[in-house]
Amino acid sequence: MMNNPSELLYTRSHEWVRFLTETTAQVGLTDYAQHSLGDLVFVNLPQEGDEVTQGESFADVESVKAVSDVYSPVTGTVKAINEVLLDAPETINKDPYGAWLVEVENITDREELLSADDYAVHCEKED
Amino acid sequence: MELKTPLYDCHAAAGGKMVPFAGYLLPVQYETGVIAEHMAVRTKAGLFDVSHMGEVVYTGPDALANLNRLLTNDFTGMYDGQVRYSPMCYEDGGVVDDLIVYKYHDEKYMVVVNAANRHKDVAWMREHLVGNVAFEDTSDSVAQIALQGPLSKEILLRVTEESRIPQNYYSFVPKAAIGGISCILSRTGYTGEAGYELYCSNEDAPKLWDLLLKTGNDLGLIPCGLGARDTLRLEAAMPLYGHEMDETIDPLETGLGFAVKLAKEDFIGKQGILAKGPLKRKRVGLKVTGRGIIREHETVFAQGREIGFTTSGTHCPFLGYAAAMAILETDFTEPGTSVEVEVRGRRIAAEVVKLPFYKNPQASK
Repeated sequence: MMNNPSELLYTRSHEWVRFLTETTAQVGLTDYAQHSLGDLVFVNLPQEGDEVTQGESFADVESVKAVSDVYSPVTGTVKAINEVLLDAPETINKDPYGAWLVEVENITDREELLSADDYAVHCEKED
Repeated sequence: MELKTPLYDCHAAAGGKMVPFAGYLLPVQYETGVIAEHMAVRTKAGLFDVSHMGEVVYTGPDALANLNRLLTNDFTGMYDGQVRYSPMCYEDGGVVDDLIVYKYHDEKYMVVVNAANRHKDVAWMREHLVGNVAFEDTSDSVAQIALQGPLSKEILLRVTEESRIPQNYYSFVPKAAIGGISCILSRTGYTGEAGYELYCSNEDAPKLWDLLLKTGNDLGLIPCGLGARDTLRLEAAMPLYGHEMDETIDPLETGLGFAVKLAKEDFIGKQGILAKGPLKRKRVGLKVTGRGIIREHETVFAQGREIGFTTSGTHCPFLGYAAAMAILETDFTEPGTSVEVEVRGRRIAAEVVKLPFYKNPQASK
């Protein structure tokens, strides 16, 4: 049912990571995450230059019902934020794997990440 | 363990995301999502399962005397088939619940209460029975469906005669028939749109639900969950028990003065409310002018100090901005007043605005 691209890596807390180089990556929310959260209406992103730490919250997203933290899969520096999301948070619902939240550079650490297949198994267990 | 309403299987089949609420498993949303459901009600029509609500019936010569003593509103002079809203207070003016009263005739009234408060309400009502009256809690045998939105009447006209649809806002037809199914048909709701609430037997509820959905399908009628019910009532600034009023927030502070008849000889809570003197705080609307969403239980600041707290808040799908309701010191309740609300460690700018945020004049015409 969920279509999780095989070239991405995933966290158990439902973020995806797209490595652009060894030390640079985009981070977003998975299809499973956007579906469980429901219609998103607000995204609070860090600023360029902020440090993010793997396993720690770096952003929050709000649906009509509730606010949820987004956890960083990697440790590094925010190189860019996806400004489109500030005015159009629903982009995450429509295109979760296109709607990256931040691009992180100078990555020095990462949490244990799952392949698309392993992530699909993890999601089934959560249901 | 949560109870299931008679419509549980309908929700499951329609992909409803079931959550526990007030002791029942109810759909928070369907596959369409809260925003689509909200917009359907504002522009077309939506169908809600509100079977969890409680219904009690007063019968007998002293039914009216009981209600007038128990509730803050005045039920004298209502016509048969009229509906009236009221808070129900403790002696100190704090609120037990808010409810609506249906007058069948001089000796029979039905009272509809919030699901979460039903047992507390029933105990309070029984404790205060006076004179010649019978009291019955019929909640477990009554299902309730709300059909809300500008196309509601058009949908009903396909399955019943116009003469059996209540004309006036806040009135009802006690013996209506929708596609042959007996029900109470009431022109009431909790969305700020024109609409109806239908009370029927548990056995008939799935049939009535399916019939309405099928009948309204081509007009855009969709099933809606608790999520949209909450955003719709918030946009229309309708207070919710446990948020805008409770044991500690009296009805005048909530802005329900229209339903608190202090001129009435006596009622439970009158002395408590009078003893408080002039209002020190009251409910306002807040429109977010900064970035973010304000939820309930956040602290509101102005002039460098705390001036109150929020009671509900969300993104308003139809209006397209974030809004909240709050109880603020009366000095800060003028529309246009700038305030800040602390949300998760940061301050969000907001402005006091007139309530309701949203009003459709057609809804109460």
